[in-house]
Amino acid sequence: MNPPAADPLAAGLLERLPLLARDALTGALPEPWRWWANSLLAILAIIFVFSSLFALLTLTERKVLARVQNRPGPNRAGLPLTRFRLGGLGQPLADGIKMLTKEDIVPRGADPVLHFLAPVVLLALSLLTFAVIPYGRLLVPVELEAGVLYFFAAGAATELALFMAGWASRNKYSLLAAMRALAQLISYELPLLLAVVPVVLLAGSLSTTGIVAAQAGWDLGFVPRWFILTPWGLASFLIFLTAALAESNRSPFDLPEAESELIAGHLTEYSGFKYALFFMAEYLGMTALAGLGVTLFLGGWRAPLPFLDFVPSYAWFGLKLLALLFVFIWIRATFPRLRIDQLTRLAWKFLVPLALLNLGTAALWALTAGWSPALQPLRWLGAAALVAGPFVLLGRGLTAGLRPRTYRFA
Amino acid sequence: MLGTGLLQGLKVTARNLVGSFHDPARMVTTQYPEERTRLPENYRNFPFLVGEDPADPLGTLRCVACQICEKECPPQCIYIVMERDEKGKAQKRPHVFDIDLSVCMSCQICVEVCPFDAIKMDQEFEISTADRFTGLLRHKEDLARSNAYYHQLHPTEATAVDAALAEQKARQAAARAAKAPAPTPAATAPAPAATAPPPPAAPAP
Repeated sequence: MNPPAADPLAAGLLERLPLLARDALTGALPEPWRWWANSLLAILAIIFVFSSLFALLTLTERKVLARVQNRPGPNRAGLPLTRFRLGGLGQPLADGIKMLTKEDIVPRGADPVLHFLAPVVLLALSLLTFAVIPYGRLLVPVELEAGVLYFFAAGAATELALFMAGWASRNKYSLLAAMRALAQLISYELPLLLAVVPVVLLAGSLSTTGIVAAQAGWDLGFVPRWFILTPWGLASFLIFLTAALAESNRSPFDLPEAESELIAGHLTEYSGFKYALFFMAEYLGMTALAGLGVTLFLGGWRAPLPFLDFVPSYAWFGLKLLALLFVFIWIRATFPRLRIDQLTRLAWKFLVPLALLNLGTAALWALTAGWSPALQPLRWLGAAALVAGPFVLLGRGLTAGLRPRTYRFA
Repeated sequence: MLGTGLLQGLKVTARNLVGSFHDPARMVTTQYPEERTRLPENYRNFPFLVGEDPADPLGTLRCVACQICEKECPPQCIYIVMERDEKGKAQKRPHVFDIDLSVCMSCQICVEVCPFDAIKMDQEFEISTADRFTGLLRHKEDLARSNAYYHQLHPTEATAVDAALAEQKARQAAARAAKAPAPTPAATAPAPAATAPPPPAAPAP
């Protein structure tokens, strides 16, 4: 963990608190050991923080879904062995104990090694992606020159684990689901990357800290210079969001585990704690993608208004992350699942062309950065037209022949 | 335009999400074991025996052990033995009245065939037990409930039944008065089925 050298003067006590705590723990160690201890501590912190976030996220998701459907949601499990219910806050614990005590079934025809390895590999790869996200001004676990590249390399490898699970189960549903998952994930890897390229282009850096640094400052004194507040950034963010939903197998793109078609997809032959690991990896992947979205488009750990700078940066990152995760849950509560042909068509015919055009818009934006203030409205209008025009035209073209289906009974 | 439908959908779910926090009319869930909703009047599940006296329903059962319900019961879940005194004379009271709830299908046929309005439908649904053989076999001690209880469960139906019974009693009294001005020993224990047609069955739910 190498704290970035930038802004040492702006870092208040709250800002440095995690680092101070870390130094208090490992400060006594000799120098070569210290680096190892610090890295280990960072890993433990990430595992601890995001595992608890995962636990709370499952509960929040169920609660929000329930509220959308005008139900109270899980509200029984509270403090164990007491009568305090805490509005169902003990549900993740109860779920965890249930998962731990369930029987671990391996089908007779399954490949035992791969069947065991798949959830482990998936979880490990999902955890790897957390290494490069800047959680705060001074909180970057690993500062890589090509952090974004690393993130996608580690993230894309999860597809291997998914296919491993489907293949090792020796079950037709698992295998079909794994095939589908591969088709979906590879389809959506493209728009995901193409949505990130404009950010890299404008920030001039593949490093996540560099991208956050590029979003520093305020226009007119109070409008943050986050990338989402530019026309190309908004378009990129929306494409990123859609592709991220598909990448993390979330509704409405949860085809690999479509219950109505494939039982539970690649999870069909998994039970007990292995199933819980898959579940956890899925949520961790979603959280990591949301974290990357915050970093790339929402200004990372930066405060939304200048006078709110006194709040520690990791709090801002956490707030933005939770907000984005809430949007994920909201979307899940709203949209029905797509069909497989609709899914691939959306990626190849809609998102990829838009992302490519958006890359051009971003390039134009970068070229016109030096225009005088008088020409700025023209720059904004032009970019907005370049974003909205193709969206409307392409949308109209793709939906031209489509109308609500009518069913005739023979 | 593409996407407007998606935004509309998001608006609907957001409205439901926010509304569920401030609009009690949206949240219809009853927290069951702690809270209970009043069951609808027409809900029926498993029969019970009606007794007149709220303090002692078992001693004042309307049932005369005529065994019509036992014979009519489609799954044969009722078992009745009439009470007899030492000389073997029938007492028009059930000695045994058992209903096997594991067999009963709550069809209400026993209620409809009963000429004495002695058996009515309960609203019991929590019959879970650790022993399905003895735990689900209800004896007359468990089945006896007062007429007031019946009024509580099915007010409309119970009022109609009470009115019919009162009318029948009045008719009997009138007939008795017309037939024999002087009281006869036989009149102390009139057999209702012999003197009057069975009262109309309870109003259909």
